[in-house]
Amino acid sequence: MIERKRDDEFVVVSNGMLGYGFRQESLREAVEAGVDLIACDAGSSDPGPYYLGSGKPFVGDAMILRDLRLMVQAGADAGVPLIIGSAGGAGGDGQVDHLLVLLRRVLEELGLDRKVAVLRSELDRETVRGAVEEGRVRVFETGAALTVEDVDAAAHIVAQVGPESYFRALAGRPDILVVGRAWDVSNIAALPLMQGRDRGLTLHMGKILECGSLAARPTGGGDLILGRLRDDHFIVEPTHPDKACTQASVSAHTFYEKSDPVMLAGPGGAVDLRGTRFDQIDPRRVRVTGSAFREAERYTVKLEGARLAGHRALTVGGARDPAFIRSIDAIQEAVRAKIHETQAGFIDPSQYSITFHRYGLDGVMGAWEPNRQAAHEIGILIDVVAETPEIAEAVCGLARSTILHVPFEGRRATAGNIAFPFSPAEIPAGPVYEFNIYHLMEIDEPESFGRLEWLQ
Amino acid sequence: MKALGDVAEVIRSKNAGPFIVTFDILFGDEETFEAVRAAGLLNRQAVCRLYGVSDNELLGFDFYPFARAVKFSLRRPVGSGGPRDADVYGAQQHAPLLDLAVLP
Repeated sequence: MIERKRDDEFVVVSNGMLGYGFRQESLREAVEAGVDLIACDAGSSDPGPYYLGSGKPFVGDAMILRDLRLMVQAGADAGVPLIIGSAGGAGGDGQVDHLLVLLRRVLEELGLDRKVAVLRSELDRETVRGAVEEGRVRVFETGAALTVEDVDAAAHIVAQVGPESYFRALAGRPDILVVGRAWDVSNIAALPLMQGRDRGLTLHMGKILECGSLAARPTGGGDLILGRLRDDHFIVEPTHPDKACTQASVSAHTFYEKSDPVMLAGPGGAVDLRGTRFDQIDPRRVRVTGSAFREAERYTVKLEGARLAGHRALTVGGARDPAFIRSIDAIQEAVRAKIHETQAGFIDPSQYSITFHRYGLDGVMGAWEPNRQAAHEIGILIDVVAETPEIAEAVCGLARSTILHVPFEGRRATAGNIAFPFSPAEIPAGPVYEFNIYHLMEIDEPESFGRLEWLQ
Repeated sequence: MKALGDVAEVIRSKNAGPFIVTFDILFGDEETFEAVRAAGLLNRQAVCRLYGVSDNELLGFDFYPFARAVKFSLRRPVGSGGPRDADVYGAQQHAPLLDLAVLP
């Protein structure tokens, strides 16, 4: 049972990921109790650089259509805006276009005529190159300065837009606003900020709500989450009757995917949580007070760019012989040396990389693994990334045949070192991308940042 | 001796952006949190030893009473999802913490 919305509060119901599903009654009950906004995140950099680089969405159409249909209908029923950010996963122009195709289909099916605004945030290389040359791009968590070469190498570059960039679109009173790559908090915070709500509380509420019901317990079975923003506090509550927001679940969520849990940095400044209080007001709801905004000297947006790193071929096999397992390091080096030698004059080592993932030894943690005791059998995934798919397959094939027969200390089984589960053993696995831009760009006018369009 | 896995409610790792993995240790009650803090066995050196990193590679190790939590971060050897990465979400780097002795 969701309490009726009070006149003095701004109520947001938030979906943490478009297409991951939620309980239908949750949205209906929230809308019936009264909301001012339906907010929805549709992307993340978490699934890796492939989606930004390739432009492919990481959630299937059928899953997106289901969530979209329910939210579009709910927005129309309640007469409140629906804001979707980081469209298509990585928020590039192509991914925004794809979401718009799905949205049109939903509107047609539902027989609805809605005013749709689109705010794009993919940047052309020239714009970013200009910012690099003007010294407006800062070193961030890559630890390296952005170069013009990085910019030229990127397949796509997007900026995570802040809530201020939504204002221009919201001023036109859209029913639905679709945004390219966005700071997750923006989808929830833009509208209340525009209405003059407190910046520290609004942004902090956005941060807690942006992952949906992940701030509630139990965490399994994703659902929506609801926030009530009032003058000097906000309240977080689950929309699912079997979930509860607790002092622990909400304060802990402040930590999630953040390296600094007391200064939540975003475009334009940071939310300072040193004076924040989390109070349990009833078994399912938490009240948050005291979060304060600290304005930065310069407004920045985070840039993300991905470049093609090569093409992958891989093979998987298992080793059971204890002498082989003991010699695994030397065997790997022998395989590398043999490939180098065989391909001298044909394929240069600079054209490919070979990674041995050794499951049962250190396959998950690599250099960070403190437990160096191998299991009685180990799985070896040989991952080759090369300039072309042909080189990747050639090197992978050679790595497979070499590791199968390479001699090692104490070998008694001379017929083959590895059990391969497949024939053919090599699997071509397509293009591989890597994040090559993750930097902060200073901008002067966040309110006019991004490209705004209106759809009919 | 009690291990962290016996006394903490949540022990997890996750990407904080594509270049950092952040670790959260959350305690179920204030008493346990304070006991672990007072014992002093969960500290920067212990974490560095566990992950084979030097002190300057360990980012922001701290105790946060408001959430009954400990948090630290590590810079990834390679970016998430790029060549040579083994954990795109950074979600399975927490396990060595489970066995760390934190209470006498």
